Amino acid sequence: MRIFKMKDTVDFMSLRIPALVLSTLMVIGSLVSLSVNSLNWGLDFTGGTVIEIGYDQPAQLDDIRQRLDGAGFGDAIVQNFGSAEDVLIRIAPRDGKKANEISNTVMDVLGIGPDNMRRVEFVGPNVGEELTEQGGLAMLVALLCILIYVAMRFEWRFALGSVAALAHDVIITLGLFSVLQLEFDLTVLAAVLAVIGYSLNDTIVVSDRIRENFRKIRKGEPVEIINTSLTQTLNRTIITSLTTILVLMALFFKGGALIHGFATALLFGVFIGTYSSIYVASLVALALGISREDLMPTEVEKEGADLDPLP
Amino acid sequence: MLNHTPLWKYIMILFVVSVCTLYAIPNLYGEDYAVQISAGRDAVVDVALMDDVTAQLEAAKLEPKSIAFENDQILVRFRDDSAQRSARDALERHLGTDYFVAMNLAPDTPDWLESLGGTPMKLGLDLRGGVHFLMEVDMASALDKSYEDSVGDFRTALREEGLRYRGVRRTDNGIEIQFRDEDTLDSAEFFLRNRNPDFVFTEIDGLTLRAEMSQQKLAQTRDYAVKQNITIIRNRVNQLGVAEPLVQKQGAERIVVQLPGIQDTAKAKEILNATATLEYRKVDIEHDVRDAVAGRVPPGSELLYDQQGQPVLLEKGVIAEGSNIIDANSGVDQYGLPKVSISLDSKGGAKMARFTKDNVGNPMATVFIEYRSTGERDENGKLIFEQQREVISVATIRGRFGANFETTGLDSPQEAQNLALLLRAGALIAPITIVEERTVGPSLGQENIELGTQAIVWGFLLVLAFMLVYYKKFGIVANIALALNLVMIVGVMSLIPGATLTLPGMAGIVLTVGMAVDANVLIFERIREELRDGRSPQQAIHHGYDSAFSTILDANITTFIAALILFAVGTGPIKGFSITLMIGLVTSMFTAIIVTRAVVNGIWGGKRLKKLSI
Repeated sequence: MRIFKMKDTVDFMSLRIPALVLSTLMVIGSLVSLSVNSLNWGLDFTGGTVIEIGYDQPAQLDDIRQRLDGAGFGDAIVQNFGSAEDVLIRIAPRDGKKANEISNTVMDVLGIGPDNMRRVEFVGPNVGEELTEQGGLAMLVALLCILIYVAMRFEWRFALGSVAALAHDVIITLGLFSVLQLEFDLTVLAAVLAVIGYSLNDTIVVSDRIRENFRKIRKGEPVEIINTSLTQTLNRTIITSLTTILVLMALFFKGGALIHGFATALLFGVFIGTYSSIYVASLVALALGISREDLMPTEVEKEGADLDPLP
Repeated sequence: MLNHTPLWKYIMILFVVSVCTLYAIPNLYGEDYAVQISAGRDAVVDVALMDDVTAQLEAAKLEPKSIAFENDQILVRFRDDSAQRSARDALERHLGTDYFVAMNLAPDTPDWLESLGGTPMKLGLDLRGGVHFLMEVDMASALDKSYEDSVGDFRTALREEGLRYRGVRRTDNGIEIQFRDEDTLDSAEFFLRNRNPDFVFTEIDGLTLRAEMSQQKLAQTRDYAVKQNITIIRNRVNQLGVAEPLVQKQGAERIVVQLPGIQDTAKAKEILNATATLEYRKVDIEHDVRDAVAGRVPPGSELLYDQQGQPVLLEKGVIAEGSNIIDANSGVDQYGLPKVSISLDSKGGAKMARFTKDNVGNPMATVFIEYRSTGERDENGKLIFEQQREVISVATIRGRFGANFETTGLDSPQEAQNLALLLRAGALIAPITIVEERTVGPSLGQENIELGTQAIVWGFLLVLAFMLVYYKKFGIVANIALALNLVMIVGVMSLIPGATLTLPGMAGIVLTVGMAVDANVLIFERIREELRDGRSPQQAIHHGYDSAFSTILDANITTFIAALILFAVGTGPIKGFSITLMIGLVTSMFTAIIVTRAVVNGIWGGKRLKKLSI
């Protein structure tokens, strides 16, 4: 069984201008949304308190809100989480009164014992700030390390191409979270880093084939060779994306509410990553003027063979 | 011959796979609800106690699955959690404070596996329920205290050396010593430099010398403050009766405390947060306390109040402090009156002996110092703590003593108990605050395990079905590899002592399942291509594996880099995710390349083939 039975090479590169326009629009759109809407930072980054309570009957949200209001938590956000019995209460970080005792106060006010308490998370504001810094740093370091590895292993044009593809994927994934205002917490950050890993995986497979074909096929323009390589790897690209999307669907539908953000980021990231490995990475390499000479294995120099004649 | 795998490779594969499988097996047995009894300071766990426990459980009509004596602890296993809970309550009531009774989940690993070191995977708090605290040590206070100590030290040293100074005082960034003339300053600077190599001395002007801690000393002080807090928190955690607590340093000034199974977070916080220190000081008997109350506090003395609000005039010098206290217990003396026995460390004991030699008959006071948050923040956004001092006891020194002594003359056994408790709590030198809390209730933990397992099973089945349909017989080979991969991840996770399974970790396993087949997809697609190009099946298999290898390696190494960085910066659950991802990458390389190659060679290798089922 095969998904695509292609006799001829698909002319992917004929669509490079529309792809370029599409990618540019999506990246610009994401950047605009990120700067205007910012991200809906989760508790991990903003600090504050989140309390999840599991009631035995469907929860009376209004009653909970009133009680919290009475206790001085008028700013608390109360909503259902996953089911009608489950309630999530978010309280913004505050100074003064020991912040880490808020959760205990809230549970007292609502008359919740340990049995109905499902989850309490409190993050101090400093910890949140540090995490934001660390997270951004992690992303940059990851991109840099990968740039170095790919540059060593392939060629700088491919390295720039694959890192451009990664940046493209990360920016657009973040953009989606910004546009839809989905909560961005630590697990989503982990998912974004996993997207980097996945997208790279894809890009490298394609780049590897392009390199191989440049060496093997002696005639043909770079555009043709890239088209051939993309066609040859297309089946693999699609199948791997498919199996990954299959398991991510399982995660999304079976993994529970806590893992939704993670699964969403990865699902979307894998989708974008598949597209970018076809278009972005090879386009950048092409634009930078990749040619056969760049990819030939370096010949072993014989000692003294190419000494300049003495002047 | 093409596509032949040597025997040693089969043996190697068999060995690796069976070791991983062996260590994955304990996870199948699950865990028992258990109650764990360990001895407090003055008690022992022995056979008599075991009989006592058995009798108690019988009286409470609770039927344990087993009672065993393990590592100086008694472990009672139950069939369900309600029996476990009632047993805990009953035993706690019966045994009192001499023993710690904790609820635990004990792995039900068979003995033969346990003797081989087999244990199930450790579950993170998000899966087993419990509290995670991140506590921050207030370094400003720790340094402040250290500087205060040095102020006293400098004064004494200069006086003993006969170098007259005008004043030694603590400033914002160090200590300033003022002199009356430049000559004294020069000789004092020379003297102090040689005496205190861990300080940096600078002349501000002709008459003032500034002393600052060297970088090394600063680092030492910080390190000490964290370590001491860790020791104290460990002791306090024991009072909570947690089966497997974790107290660990994180970064320069933070401490992670993990208490699996704890539900009552309010109590845990109260006990952990009780930051306090303690000082033994001499009562100033030369001056009248009434003058001091009227506002004429003599220099070198200080006016404090006791718990009833009565003024007490104390000399400023500290005899010994909370950090010197090793232990404090309440009890009764030979007349049946309440007392508190105190043990100091050798340093504190020496100081106490020196002081009490000349002060028999004089009163000595114990000052309890508590740090409370003022609610305000400094420029770094950190909470500012305020010192609150209170005299908790004044006692007359009856004779010379050293490291071990008793305080008597207390009004009631209750007071003795309170004092002992305060003394024990008073050993903290720098206050700590909880900067992060993550509590997961037991129901959510269980639910997370179920959801995670379901996601893994569904993801796994979907991929298995897909591969089977798409690659036929080769699909079966890939599926064998995938199943082995899953077993190996579990086996390796159980083997590595530091690896913890978390909910994101389970997501990592799901993701690995999806991505692990990529290697096989690459190889199989390559084989198909080679077949289309007209190569014979044997050559196609050979070339397929060979040319896909470097691609697979590159792709996996780069993903590994991303996972490694995630591991380095991530905490808790995220670390769990990166660990499973990394392990999964390595095991999937093994199963998808080496194992499938061996299987493929075993089935098809060396035969005359016209067609491949791929």
